[in-house]
Amino acid sequence: MSTFIDGLSLGAIYALIALGYTMVYGIAKMLNFAHGDIIMVGAYTILTTLELTGNPYLAIAFSIVICTISGVVIEKLAYKPLRGASPLAVLITAIGVSFFLQSIAQLIYGSKSRPITLPDFGKMSIGSQEINVNTVITLVVGGIIMAGLTLFVKKTNTGRAMQAVSEDKGAALLMGVNVNRIIMITFAIGSALAAFASLFYLMQIPSITPTLGSMPGIKAFTAAVIGGIGSIPGAMLGGVLLGLIEKICLSIPAIGPYTTAIEFSLLIIILLVKPIGILGKKIREKV
Amino acid sequence: MALLEVKNLEVFYGMIQAIRGISFEVNEGEIVTLIGANGAGKTTTMQSIMGLIPIKKGTVTYNGQDITKVPGHKIVRMGMTQVPEGRRIFQQLTVYDNLLMGAYTIDDKKKIQQDIDEICTRFEILGERKNQIAGTLSGGEQQMLAMGRAMMSHPKLLMLDEPSMGLSPIFVDKVFDIIKDYHKSGTTILLVEQNAKKALSIADRAYVLETGSISLSGTATDLLNDEAVKKAYLGA
Ligand SMILES: Nc1ncnc2c1ncn2[C@@H]1O[C@H](COP(=O)(O)OP(=O)(O)O)[C@@H](O)[C@H]1O
Ligand SMILES: [Mg+2]
Repeated sequence: MSTFIDGLSLGAIYALIALGYTMVYGIAKMLNFAHGDIIMVGAYTILTTLELTGNPYLAIAFSIVICTISGVVIEKLAYKPLRGASPLAVLITAIGVSFFLQSIAQLIYGSKSRPITLPDFGKMSIGSQEINVNTVITLVVGGIIMAGLTLFVKKTNTGRAMQAVSEDKGAALLMGVNVNRIIMITFAIGSALAAFASLFYLMQIPSITPTLGSMPGIKAFTAAVIGGIGSIPGAMLGGVLLGLIEKICLSIPAIGPYTTAIEFSLLIIILLVKPIGILGKKIREKV
Repeated sequence: MALLEVKNLEVFYGMIQAIRGISFEVNEGEIVTLIGANGAGKTTTMQSIMGLIPIKKGTVTYNGQDITKVPGHKIVRMGMTQVPEGRRIFQQLTVYDNLLMGAYTIDDKKKIQQDIDEICTRFEILGERKNQIAGTLSGGEQQMLAMGRAMMSHPKLLMLDEPSMGLSPIFVDKVFDIIKDYHKSGTTILLVEQNAKKALSIADRAYVLETGSISLSGTATDLLNDEAVKKAYLGA
């Protein structure tokens, strides 16, 4: 039971990050490999704000602001000039941005791991089981954010425009949609979600290094591909699935050490059976 | 003064010149058609006017304003839009959401609902399929949706790129009837067609495009009776 909740909660973190990958892929048709490093940016922002003010809520708010700004600035400076360039050039740029962010963090904070103390609300019991309140918070807040995002995409003009742009940029433009603005908003939302993910991640693993974002980034990317890259419900499903599998595997001593291998094997199996992912839709490329 | 004026337009795909300095105009209240064989450059012309393909040389003036470098989404707000070649409806959205996308530039929510009701009366099939995913419509129904969607923004000038392409004869007639009707309600039309006979039958004036240049122009009636046009485009 507690393994299940832990899994769901880790899954919510992966899902929040995976949403950033999948939305940017769906709308800008690019793999933003620097997305994981936005989590690291969020983590250091939380650390610094906590050290300066001691106020955890302010820390979260700042981290959302800084992550959102970083995402938007990266898009504007690094990716926007490459619109229409070959996917390989964009991918290499994204990897470059990733190294850049990690190097900046290393310059400012050094490469040593920094501990961080976040508010701990202790444990609560459900039946006979003890569960970390932080885990439950992750699950509940993560769920609310994802429900909100789903509503936003389905029900608002901007959300509908995002769906339209992801399907056909030219046709969306003929509706009067400012495609560049929609891409910017997508990066902003993805980065804000990453800020939440970084907070929840630190609640589970309270130490920070410049490469902190790499592993959850790769896992979440895996989740996005498993769920069907470009699909928002797919990213949520893939994230939760991966989180559950990870926690279940870790809870079984004989399998535990092979957890990561199992997760990536799952990716390979899914790609073999259904290359577009569980909820992925075939999209016809249009010029 | 013409509503739309294209002057010495040149468009390139890489090194290849697709449009070789063409000029034409559309006056307010007209139906103007641009006819020509496959590959003549009709779509390129239409898309470059809307800013979907960059213009190398020449100018596009709309309503007295130079829009050569204005981004397409702003041109839509100025009152000009296009039903693109191949319809390009949003396959994964519902019919209703497609119409809402068409009204993206309109802020008045009540007006949008009225317009949707009106479109659903004009195109009965869309009314019946309002909540259906657009990708499941037939080709002809998708063309209706593409036209209804474009009408949602209340264009002063509507461009249509081969709206009859790939449709059964019944739908072809329907499409031309709708264009005529919509023109009567006060919209200027620029129509691109391979179906020259049909296009000339509803147009006021016409231009013939041949490998990126305009080879002929005149009133639709003159072109319908022109021997060269008859031979090349009317199958006579
Ligand atoms: N994306 C493209 N890249 C390169 N050449 C193109 C592209 N689109 C069209 N062309 C070329 O430009 C010319 C005009 O094409 P187009 O405007 O589509 O003609 P039409 O609409 O009259 O059939 C053709 O020779 C076509 O091969
Ligand atoms: Mg064409």
